[in-house]
Amino acid sequence: MNIFDRMMSLDRRWVFLFLAVVCVITYIVDFQIPIRVESEVRTIHEFIDTLKPDEIVFIAIDYDPNALAELHPMCYAVMEHCFRKDLKVIITALSQNGPGMAEQAILDISDSLKLDREYNGILYEGREIRKGVDYAFLGYKPYFALVILGIGQNFRLPFPTDYYGTPLDSIPMMQGVQNYDQVACVVDLSAGNITDAWIAYGQGRFYFPLALGLTGVMGADYYPYLNSGQVFGLMAGLYGAAQYEELADNPGLAKDGMRIQVYAHLVIIFFILIGNVGYFVSRREKKRQGR
Amino acid sequence: MRRQIPLALVFIFGVFMIFQYFVPHESSEWIYEFLLDWIYIIGIFALALGIWSLIRVSVAKIKARKADWEYPVITLAGLFLMILFGFTGYRDGSLGFHFMTAEGLSNPMFRNFFDYIMIPIQSTMFALLAFFIASAAYRAFRARNILASLLLVAALVVMLRFNPYLGPVGTIIADTASWLLNVPNLAAKRAIIIGIGLGMVATALKIILGIERGYMGKG
Repeated sequence: MNIFDRMMSLDRRWVFLFLAVVCVITYIVDFQIPIRVESEVRTIHEFIDTLKPDEIVFIAIDYDPNALAELHPMCYAVMEHCFRKDLKVIITALSQNGPGMAEQAILDISDSLKLDREYNGILYEGREIRKGVDYAFLGYKPYFALVILGIGQNFRLPFPTDYYGTPLDSIPMMQGVQNYDQVACVVDLSAGNITDAWIAYGQGRFYFPLALGLTGVMGADYYPYLNSGQVFGLMAGLYGAAQYEELADNPGLAKDGMRIQVYAHLVIIFFILIGNVGYFVSRREKKRQGR
Repeated sequence: MRRQIPLALVFIFGVFMIFQYFVPHESSEWIYEFLLDWIYIIGIFALALGIWSLIRVSVAKIKARKADWEYPVITLAGLFLMILFGFTGYRDGSLGFHFMTAEGLSNPMFRNFFDYIMIPIQSTMFALLAFFIASAAYRAFRARNILASLLLVAALVVMLRFNPYLGPVGTIIADTASWLLNVPNLAAKRAIIIGIGLGMVATALKIILGIERGYMGKG
């Protein structure tokens, strides 16, 4: 077996080891990489940025811990942006483990919001966000398609109480909020087919502005909806989250993760190239020997 | 009769759900909301059935000491512990059982089990994918023919689109990736989506009209 044959059939453990080493090094060494912002993320940021205080953004946290690495940074970036802009936020979690993710995000963002921060040259004073006043966390209900349809009639149909058992009519920020008509936009952060339900049963029936935050592998599947105008913005994977952080001038988990992802992709590309060089040279040599 | 009643029910409710979509009348909305409630009620029975089934299968496996019988023990322990934590919490400073209220959510063990067991387990499983994808990409992305070469080039362009170290070439790659996603990808996906949509309409009509009866357990 010559070197080119070996390049074609490396033991996969070498690939694992090389990738692990690169991931660990780029995790330890602290540096930032520049982020190029795409229009599909910019539209989401601009939409939220131009909303007036007290307008309501509906964030659907429809992912489980397995998609945490990609979607949690997105959730943090969008939610913090909303609260810094003094917007009200309604949160639901339509995947089984979503409530835990939502609670974690709310707790972490509450801490971050207590600090004075400057974003894009504007100083935002620290403040405490209050449950029921600045946000309402409605929690989880099964049968996501029915929940989405139900909210179109009235939030109180699928969610008579919030996650903590408080009747929706007793929650100050839910006064006068009946359905999607009172919501400026819905941002669905999802790692599964709940997104299809938001498009078909939600936006398709009730015509609210819908933005999507998806895992990297799902991104390509939803471009048709972006092009048709059913979705006004799309964040795909960690890169989408990093773009939002870049626009919000709030570097966080995504921008940190991007340096690892960029180098991990370079490793994958390196191995693909090695495999192809080995393949072409071996094939040429075999042809030569055949002659 | 045992077959006719379910068929009639499916027909009546199926036709009604189509009808009410186009008729935003108060009474049709009321029936629609009523039916949504019914689906939840049926769902609760399905949940109970699911838990019962899980317990039955796990207990049978443990009793028979089948291979890997230890795993069902952990499954059952997890199930009952989370139920226990979810129903216990502090009210007025004292620990107790609280059904139908939210005290369990503030139980630190309920939170800790999720934060320190569930999240790491699921995140780890997902993170392992990176290694398998790297290995699969190395083996699968070979330019063996024109179609495989197109796939390889498209994959490289999309992967490189957010690489900041490519200078002016990076902009060309980003634009190409954007074109790939917005034109060929979109065309193919749209065709698939329309195909699936038409298939769903056809299947729904077959079920409503009683042609497709697989849901009754006998094809």
